[in-house]
Amino acid sequence: MSAQARAGTRAARFQAKLAATEAQLAGLELPASSGWLRRARENALLRLKAMGLPEKRDEYWRYTDPARLSGATVTPAKVFQITDESAVFDGIDRLKLVFVDGVFDAQASDVLALEGIEISRLADAGQRDIHWAQDLYGAIETEGQSPVARPMAVRNTALASDGVLIRVTGKPSKPVSIVYRRKSETADAVLHHVIRLEPGAEMTLLENGPVAARFSIDLEACIADGATLHHVRAQGRDHERSGITHLFARLGEKSVFKSFTMSANGAVLRNEAVIWLNGKGGSAHVAGAAMGDGAFHHDDTVFITHAAPDCESRQVFKKVLHNGAVSVFQGKILVKQIAQLTDGYQISQALLLGDNSQFLAKPELEIYADDVKCSHGSTSGELDPDQLFYLRSRGMPEAEAQGLLVLAFLAEAVDEIASEELAEEIRVRLAGWVNRHKA
Amino acid sequence: MLEIKNLHVKLEEEDKAILKGVDLTVEAGKVHAIMGPNGSGKSTLAYVLAGREGYEVTDGSAKLEGAELLDMEPEERAAAGMFLAFQYPVEIPGVGNMTFLRTAVNAQRKARGEDEMSSGDFLKAIRAKAKDLKIDAEMLKRPVNVGFSGGEKKRNEILQMAMLEPRMCILDETDSGLDVDAMKLVADGVNALRSTGRGFLVITHYQRLLDHIKPDVVHIMSEGRIIKSGGPELALEVEQNGYADILAEVQA
Repeated sequence: MSAQARAGTRAARFQAKLAATEAQLAGLELPASSGWLRRARENALLRLKAMGLPEKRDEYWRYTDPARLSGATVTPAKVFQITDESAVFDGIDRLKLVFVDGVFDAQASDVLALEGIEISRLADAGQRDIHWAQDLYGAIETEGQSPVARPMAVRNTALASDGVLIRVTGKPSKPVSIVYRRKSETADAVLHHVIRLEPGAEMTLLENGPVAARFSIDLEACIADGATLHHVRAQGRDHERSGITHLFARLGEKSVFKSFTMSANGAVLRNEAVIWLNGKGGSAHVAGAAMGDGAFHHDDTVFITHAAPDCESRQVFKKVLHNGAVSVFQGKILVKQIAQLTDGYQISQALLLGDNSQFLAKPELEIYADDVKCSHGSTSGELDPDQLFYLRSRGMPEAEAQGLLVLAFLAEAVDEIASEELAEEIRVRLAGWVNRHKA
Repeated sequence: MLEIKNLHVKLEEEDKAILKGVDLTVEAGKVHAIMGPNGSGKSTLAYVLAGREGYEVTDGSAKLEGAELLDMEPEERAAAGMFLAFQYPVEIPGVGNMTFLRTAVNAQRKARGEDEMSSGDFLKAIRAKAKDLKIDAEMLKRPVNVGFSGGEKKRNEILQMAMLEPRMCILDETDSGLDVDAMKLVADGVNALRSTGRGFLVITHYQRLLDHIKPDVVHIMSEGRIIKSGGPELALEVEQNGYADILAEVQA
C-alpha cells in the first residue's frame, strides 16, 4: 500500500471513529448543572467528539480492550459481599466521605469539616463561585491530553455527576477518606475529584471500595510548592466490575506526591497516572500491587514528565497473576531538556502462578537532558524454587512458604507507602488475599 | 539416629547416577565427618536427605530415628528433626530474618502438635543466641541473607540451627568462604549444640574445620560411595597426603 493510500485509510478510520463516537453520545444528556461546571462539561463534550472514544486499534489501548469501559451499555456485575474481613481503613481515624453507586451519601458520611481543609460536593458546586476549583476542573486533565490522548478522562470530565472538591490550606489532623460502596448490579458511576494543596500544605487521601458495576474516576491534583499529598487506594474485591481511573497530578517546587494502589480482582480495571514535575526538587512516587485470579484484566498506565531540574520519580508495580489472569504495564518517564539531575526509577514485575497468566509490559524512557539517572526494569517469572526449598527445609509447609514469598514479592510496592500504619493495613489485606488464593 | 542404607540416587533430568550405594549410620551424640574430592556426591547426599527436588532415589533408605525420611516432604523432615546448614544460604528479599525464623519455629511446633512460642519468649531466645554468634539486631531485621557477607550467611545458618533445635544436623561445607575467625565463631556455635541426643554430619573439604569441631568418625567419600571410615586421624591423613593414596589403597 502506498504512503498516500495508508494516510487515506488512517483518515477514513478516524472519521469512522468520530462518527461512532457521535452516534454513541447522540442521545446523551449531560448531568444537570449550571455556571462554570456546565461550561466545563460542554467544553469536554466538544473535545471528546473531536478526538473520539478509544478503540482497541489505538496504540495506547493495544493491550486492554476499551469497549467495556466506553460502551453505551454497562455490563452487569454482581455485588461481591465481603464477610471475611472488615472494610479497608476501618481502623484508621479519618474524615469519611461515602459514595454509593457513585452518589454522595451525606448520612453515611462525616460532617464535611476539618481544620486546614475546605470540602465541597461537585454535584452542587456549579452555581457557587469556587474560584480555585473552577480553574482546575478539567484543566489538568486537558493538559494530560498531550502527548497522548486520553479520551476516557475527557468523557469523565463531561459526564461526572458527583465528586469532591478539596482545598488544603494547612495540615489536617487526619486523612480524608473516600469510601465507595455499591448496591446496584448495573450502576455506571462517573466521579470527578479536584484537590488543591496550597504551598506547604499536607494531606493524606484514602480511597477504598468497589465503586459501581462500572466506574470512571478522574482525580485532578494541583500540589503547590512545598506541599505533600499522600494517596493510598484499595480498589475492593468485586470480581465482575469494570472501571477506569485517571490520576492527574501537577507538582510545584519541592512538593511531594506519593500514590499507592492495591487492586484485587475485577473484570477490566485500568489505572492511569499522569504526573508532571514542574518545579525544582519535586518528588513523585506511584506504586501498585495488583492481584488477580482467573478472569482478571488489570492495566497500569503511567506517564511521568520531568519538566524541572533536580526531581525524583519512582514507579513500582507488582502483579500476582493466577490461573489466566492478565496484567498490563505501560509506564513512561519523559525527561525534558531542562530537567537536569533527574533521578528516575521504574520497575514492573509480575509473578505468574499457573500456566496461562500473562504480563504485558511496555516500559519507556524518553530523555532530552544529558545529566540524568534513569533506570528501569521489567520481569515476569515464577516463584524461585531455591527460595521455596530453603523455607520448606526450615519447616514451613509449602503453601505457607509460597504465601510468604508472594508477600515478599509485593513488599517493594507496599514499602512506597510513607505511613507505617497504612502500610500495615495494606499488608494485612494482601496477606488475606494471598491466603485465599493459594497457588 | 540417622541410618542410611544402600542409597542410590540419580539426577531426575538426566541419566546420571550420583550416589551408588551409600551406607552410613550416625549415632545420637556423635559427630561424623564426610570428606572427599569434588564431585564425589557429598552435597548431593545432604540435599537428598533434606528433600530437595531434582533427584531421584532409585534404591535404598534413609531413616531418622526409624522413620523413613525419603517418604517425607522437606517440611515434614524438618519437623521430624532434620536440619541442613546450606553451603549457599539462599537470599530472600522482602522477608525479614526475624519473621522468617519465627514462622519457621512456629511451623515446626505446630507440625509436632506443640503450642506456638510467644513473641516474648521468642525474642528472648533469639537475642541470647544471636549474641553468642555475634549477630547484631540490625542483621536480624534485614531480609534473609540479603546483603550478608559469606561469614554472616554461615552464622545465620547456625543461628537457625540453634533456634530450631534439630536432632540431626547436616553441615554442608559450612567452612567454605570463611576466614579463620569466622570459622572459629561458627565452630563454637556448633560445639555449643553438641549434646547426647543430637547427631551431626559435617561435610567438608578440609581438615581445618575438624580442628574446631572434633569428629568421632571420619568417612571418605568417592564416586558416590563411602570408601573408607576411621577415627579423626583419617582426616589428618587426607590433609597430609591428599586423597590419591586412599583411593589407590581402596582400589588395590
